[in-house]
Amino acid sequence: MTTTTLIANGILNQHLIDPEICIRCNTCEATCPIDAITHDDTNYVVMADKCNGCMDCISPCPTGAIDNWRKVPAAEPYPIDAQYGWDELPPALSAEQLAAAASDVQDLSQAQAVIAAAAESTGSGTGSSTSTRASASSASSVEQSVQESFRAASFGATVPPWSAAHAYTNLHGPKNPVTATVVGNINCTEAGFDNETHHIVLDFGSMPFPVLEGQSVGIIPPGTDATGRPHVARQYSIASARNGERPGYNNAALTVKRVTADHEGRPVRGVASNYLCDLKVGDTVQVIGPFGHSFLMPNHPRSHIVMICTGTGSAPMRAMTEWRRRLRKSGKFDGGKLMLFFGARTPQELPYFGPLQSLPKDFIDNNFAFSRVPGQPRRYVQDAMRERAADLAALLRDENTHIFVCGLKSMEEGVVLALRDVIVQAGMDWDGVAARLKQQGRLHLETY
Amino acid sequence: MSTIDYSVKIPNNVDLSGDRTLQRALESWQPNFIKWWDDVGPEGSTHYDVYLRTAVSVDPQGWAQFGYVKMRDYRWGIFLNPAEQDRTIHFGDHKGEKAWQEVPGEHRANLRRIIVTQGDTEPASVEQQRHLGLTAPSLYDLRNLFQVNVEEGRHLWAMVYLLHKYFGRDGREEAEALLERQSGDENNPRILGAFNEKTPDWLSFFMFTYFTDRDGKFQLAALAESAFDPLARTTRFMLTEEAHHMFVGESGVSRVLQRTCQVMNELGTDDVNKLRAAGVIDLPTMQRYLNFHYSVTIDLFGADQSSNAATFYSSGLKGRYEEGKRADDHALHDQSYKVLEVVDGKLQEKDVPMLNALNEVLRDDYIKDSNAGVARWNKVMEKAGIDFRLSVPHKAFNRQIGALAGVRMSPDGRPVTEQEWESRKNEWLPTDGDRSFVASLMKQCLAPGKFAGWIAPPVMGINRQPVDFDYVKFQ
Repeated sequence: MTTTTLIANGILNQHLIDPEICIRCNTCEATCPIDAITHDDTNYVVMADKCNGCMDCISPCPTGAIDNWRKVPAAEPYPIDAQYGWDELPPALSAEQLAAAASDVQDLSQAQAVIAAAAESTGSGTGSSTSTRASASSASSVEQSVQESFRAASFGATVPPWSAAHAYTNLHGPKNPVTATVVGNINCTEAGFDNETHHIVLDFGSMPFPVLEGQSVGIIPPGTDATGRPHVARQYSIASARNGERPGYNNAALTVKRVTADHEGRPVRGVASNYLCDLKVGDTVQVIGPFGHSFLMPNHPRSHIVMICTGTGSAPMRAMTEWRRRLRKSGKFDGGKLMLFFGARTPQELPYFGPLQSLPKDFIDNNFAFSRVPGQPRRYVQDAMRERAADLAALLRDENTHIFVCGLKSMEEGVVLALRDVIVQAGMDWDGVAARLKQQGRLHLETY
Repeated sequence: MSTIDYSVKIPNNVDLSGDRTLQRALESWQPNFIKWWDDVGPEGSTHYDVYLRTAVSVDPQGWAQFGYVKMRDYRWGIFLNPAEQDRTIHFGDHKGEKAWQEVPGEHRANLRRIIVTQGDTEPASVEQQRHLGLTAPSLYDLRNLFQVNVEEGRHLWAMVYLLHKYFGRDGREEAEALLERQSGDENNPRILGAFNEKTPDWLSFFMFTYFTDRDGKFQLAALAESAFDPLARTTRFMLTEEAHHMFVGESGVSRVLQRTCQVMNELGTDDVNKLRAAGVIDLPTMQRYLNFHYSVTIDLFGADQSSNAATFYSSGLKGRYEEGKRADDHALHDQSYKVLEVVDGKLQEKDVPMLNALNEVLRDDYIKDSNAGVARWNKVMEKAGIDFRLSVPHKAFNRQIGALAGVRMSPDGRPVTEQEWESRKNEWLPTDGDRSFVASLMKQCLAPGKFAGWIAPPVMGINRQPVDFDYVKFQ
């Protein structure tokens, strides 16, 4: 089945039908396997929240009207009612409009839209090839074909938890980046392994750069790309607590995996990740942001946090855990629990493995899943979640529980399906729970 | 099974080779079909390589494959939509029972009649359009005509398969008769009136594919609901093909309008004579063609009250358009519907039992759909700033079938005397003069990317090919 990418970098490639060309023959509606196409007396339209880009409707359309796409902020697709009223397709949004509109888009999307727009304005094109998070994934990993009819991403919240602190966003754009100084750069995976991951601390000096756990920044690598244009920014999550990696200083940490191969295993050197991992203390970097206003931790004393991550998706989890650890001494979070599901190929590749192991068991409930340990069956985070179904279900019954998922895109569906299974097996109503989690800003998905 | 076996004489996805008797019967029908195609198919086109769409499977990914094919080698065959497991009848008196895989004896005659009537329209279109290739306004249009032709031929195959497979000797005889009748033949005409009308020019062709093929859409959609599962599956796939025919009509008329508007603006006139002199079709003529094709086509739905229609519905043979989407009891026994009648020279509505009015229900669905398309045509004039709007005539205008047959009615729904009708019918329906003027514009224009002066180019090519693509190659 041919599919097309619908969401990349926070931008939805929205499927639309050109009302000027469409002859209302009903073929598309009859063909669509998931009933994502409907009509009124005027127009045939595609429901953005249902369409999975399977392309089944494309070839049967006799007119070509069906093969129309518009890039819009992922959170703001053209609604059905608007489409019913169209005599013609709306003009495509410019890169600037997309960036501006996308400033309100949920976390990851928000930053990526800004970066994508910056890339566009420098003529480097948009899309995944221009931005990536600190991860082993090559840039193309962001470009993920949406093939499943079960669209995990649609369950993610776009609002922050009610008790989250207010986040500053977009203080520094691509045209006025902040110069930060490297004050620390250590390998936080076991030394000697190919897939090393660095913990890098940046100091902002006297420049304002307030960040919260769960937010991200953009790093602009120096130099130019193959076409001679300046590199565009790459996005990284903050791995430190809100009051700094070193409390009381204007600094923040990032988790950066050195990219040495693309998704197919072909050797490739990630531009930004290698630049960052090779930085020495005292070097300076260009930073933009902060980004993100919904992937934010709850702060009320009874709030529980379930964290599910792989690889460098651990950055925001490390930040939240660290902030909780610092506050724990105040006794404020005695009722609030932390539960972590953390996946990696091997224990050696798991960032922060050592420090995590040393945290008290009554502070955080750690669950690791390793997929490439010789002699052992492959185990993924969703397997660990299913094993802990009873405890997870207990937490999910509590409206104080917030769930954060961060890591490779490929984990998203499995994790949401596991959550669904846990909920259903516990006798709860998935639709109701999922809807509340989303509405109340209690399930956050940030995958790349 | 969705993949079509093209390695056999009759491509199919119905495991034809597993039924030797049927295979032999169809293989003996096939030479007659080819002979019919040679005799009355597109004139002079034998050696053309045409950029045609062919199905390799009936799933969405496989059914629209494009490539150059000689029309005579087009892979006509038998393609049914995949079966829906445990499908049940969803309307009529058998609602809730399992759909039929064989023809129930008591419905045999009616089903055969429905299939023969539908089947008869398919070759008729090809016959009506036989000479159009000689006056094609562009390569693009020529290709579209040929695509319509080969698919009409395949629709004939679809019905013939049902007749052969499920109706025994009667079916075989009916299948032969489908190739013996001929459009407009005085002695042995096609069953339905509209299919004996001439399609002498491309404006008629566009109007025909817009209005009359749209009748096909509604009839096929109603049959796609049938309790007789093979018929439902066959017509479902035909609907996918039918859409192209309506596209040719809708976009064709739209392009004619666009070109006329362009010239009207260039010359700054709406003077019919000046426009005709400039080689475009004036808008009042367009309206008259519309009136004719619309009124002839709505007759195809049959009498406004029909006990046959009630029987077809109650017994599950033929549903309503989008039956599955309607929120009623799908039995309709106690419901009524309004139909028109003329009393004392005045039109009035009367309530009749819904079951008896199902032809009218389908006609009204069709009318709504047709009107929406005419509104889209009007946008062409609106955009060009021209103060002229097309409209469909009243339902009672120029009718030959049902309670309104022979009632003299103006296009706006006013009963008129025979005298007024005679004096004004040339305002309302195409005159010989109109037809000969339109015919005078019909000259072949076949250089890639060139279009006759009376029609605008399309907004996009077929299968995303450029408009000046070599859609037909002449050997």
